[in-house]
Amino acid sequence: MKILVAVKRVVDYAVKVRVRPDRTGVETANIKMSMNPFCEIAVEEALRLREAGAAAEVVAATVGPAQSADTLRTALAMGADRAVHVLHDPDPARPFLPLAVAKILRAVALQEKPSLVILGKQAIDDDCNQTGQMLAGLLQWPQGTFASKVILDTEKQKATVEQEVDGGIETICLDLPAVITTDLRLNQPRYATLPNIMKAKSKVIKKIAPEDLGVDIRSDMEVIEVNEPPKRKAGVILSSVDELLDKLKNEARVL
Amino acid sequence: MARREAARLLHRLGPLAVESPTRGMPHSQHESTNRIVNSCRRFHWIPSLQRPLCGPTTSGGIYEGQSSANKACEVQKRTFGSAATHIQRNPAYSELNSDDVSYFKSVLGENGVVQDEDRVMSCKCRLDGRLAVVPQGGNTGLVGGSVPVYDEVIVGLAGMDKIISFDNVNGILTSEAGCVLENLSKLVENEGFIMPLDLGAKGSCHIGGNISTNAGGLRFIRYGSLHGSVLGLEVVLADGTILDMLTTLRKDNTGYDLKHLFIGSEGSLGVVTKISVLTPAKLPSTNVAFLSCNDYKSCQKLLLAARRSLGEILSAFEFMDHHCIDLAMRHVEGVHNPLPASPYKFYVLIETTGSDESYDKTKLEAFLLRSMEDGLVADGVIAQDISQATNFWQIREGISEASVKVGAVYKYDLSIPVEKLYDIVEEMRCRLGDSAEVLGYGHLGDGNLHLNIVSSKYDDNTLGRIEPFVYEWTSAQRGSISAEHGLGLMKAEKIHYSKSPEAVQLMASIKKLLDPNSILNPYKVLPQSVL
Repeated sequence: MKILVAVKRVVDYAVKVRVRPDRTGVETANIKMSMNPFCEIAVEEALRLREAGAAAEVVAATVGPAQSADTLRTALAMGADRAVHVLHDPDPARPFLPLAVAKILRAVALQEKPSLVILGKQAIDDDCNQTGQMLAGLLQWPQGTFASKVILDTEKQKATVEQEVDGGIETICLDLPAVITTDLRLNQPRYATLPNIMKAKSKVIKKIAPEDLGVDIRSDMEVIEVNEPPKRKAGVILSSVDELLDKLKNEARVL
Repeated sequence: MARREAARLLHRLGPLAVESPTRGMPHSQHESTNRIVNSCRRFHWIPSLQRPLCGPTTSGGIYEGQSSANKACEVQKRTFGSAATHIQRNPAYSELNSDDVSYFKSVLGENGVVQDEDRVMSCKCRLDGRLAVVPQGGNTGLVGGSVPVYDEVIVGLAGMDKIISFDNVNGILTSEAGCVLENLSKLVENEGFIMPLDLGAKGSCHIGGNISTNAGGLRFIRYGSLHGSVLGLEVVLADGTILDMLTTLRKDNTGYDLKHLFIGSEGSLGVVTKISVLTPAKLPSTNVAFLSCNDYKSCQKLLLAARRSLGEILSAFEFMDHHCIDLAMRHVEGVHNPLPASPYKFYVLIETTGSDESYDKTKLEAFLLRSMEDGLVADGVIAQDISQATNFWQIREGISEASVKVGAVYKYDLSIPVEKLYDIVEEMRCRLGDSAEVLGYGHLGDGNLHLNIVSSKYDDNTLGRIEPFVYEWTSAQRGSISAEHGLGLMKAEKIHYSKSPEAVQLMASIKKLLDPNSILNPYKVLPQSVL
């Protein structure tokens, strides 16, 4: 059984993000980029399923520019068997939206024929939380989103997924092939160890262009302007109740 | 305005400082030499001892006399642990009285003089006054250098926290001494630079204190000592003279370079009030690797190989033994072991900082893979994102905090030739056996070992087996008994282990020249016998 994991290269979670001076987007030059944290969790889950014997091969896939290969190498260094890189150079004015990603991943899935596609629930740069759901819709496969636990039954070809929903935990049962998106509490991703980094050097990354997949990814949206939210004013420490009353009356005008 | 005030304060001062317990409290959180159990008791002692001295509310503030002096010595001995000699309060210092306090209040304002904290401001000259003073910054020192021994006045510089200027072309920062290091770091990072030093206590320590103690830290291997990074200082001398050496020039060979006297003098020659420091450019790409080695020899060879292969991008090389890792896993919150499967003896953290992400990563990977093939490294991981890198650093930076949580910790900071560095750890293990756990970790790249001995409670017996053996051993290797922590109160009488008598004599002469009444930070840094 094969598992396809989709990963995304994003601005590192710990970086303080800034808007470019020309307001066309977020500053990404000279900024640390890493694999999306939820995608790391997805890769980890796929690897654990393979180690438990439920799967034979883990294939990592990404859509992005040449530098996205680094993210694939991270996935390979964690333990994925091989990778697929769909090359696409982003245009800041025409954003690359989840629907386009989903269409590409659908084409890749139809080629690779996995039993399970695992994605992160959302990317930390756009927070869309759409790709997994759209992919399931396009493939007409069942979906288990916000997964906090995944149990595979290869005999019956079913997956039991515990989903984190607003009201608590919802447990659903899916027929394979299915799409699963991962939430934070699913697992703790492993580190890339040196022996695995060494092995990863000989693993294959297949490069494809979106046209080869027969997918049209023209974007219907255009970014006009990107701005920072207005700055919060600092709090003031007052020295007496009288001062507080004075400020409430004269500045805040609530008394 | 502020410095004139500082100057006048010093004129006026004599033995004053009365420290309320809260001020001392952070001490125990930041790697203090105090045993946890006794440190609590200590801070109950001091107020009862000293509160009557200060403030208009008391009956004129007369020193309580010999009995409290004895108690103070006892307390002081237990807290500063080492076989500290019994230091008597020097009767030559005058005592604080209500006139002094009201004078301070007239200068600093009602808010400026508190039993807790004085702000360094003006004070009229009172030439016959001999009130002793302790300059205090963030109070994160580890040798008792910033804490009064008897009733010295604490000159707290937290109020002097203005940033004067930042030259963002050359990266030269000028600020007052009371700025917290972390705040300065954030400020210069916004401009694309970094502070040349970084330590675990960065959230509380002041730059003035860092400079007065010539702090080392995690970036020492790359950016060197503060003697190299500090461009200028403004210092207030004991007689109130304001010594303005606050230049921002990189090169200035005109006369003797006096600022070096004050860097590392631990507040005993003058109070640092303003600083100007050179900040290196912030390089975008940082990579951190966490490795395990089978033995100490491999760690040494790895250091040599790292210097050759990583060269200019190497920015940190820290080592720790497995006892440290176990301790960190047990007591530090939120960390997980990057190498759980391997029960190795030694762990090394390597950080590289450079300008090109992929180039650096390739270089680091190639170096590590080669080291693995050569058998220097048994296993290791490379951080794939900033959170993983932060986790590695939390382990290393958390060891010190974790050791305090066990109970009693005896801390030693030694500079030893790299080949012999770990030998002292093993010797201490032999000497102490099961009574205590010995941890060895530190800045291997600088030849600096932090030897921590932890046990459940403070015990004179254990202390007796550690000291003076550890000092004698270090002295025999021609090492330093205090690599970066300084002498303070704890090691003042031990300077002879690392410095010749002639050198100490000359230090005493300089001290007498700059501070004839010996009011700046008394009982610290130099032994009483030479002063």
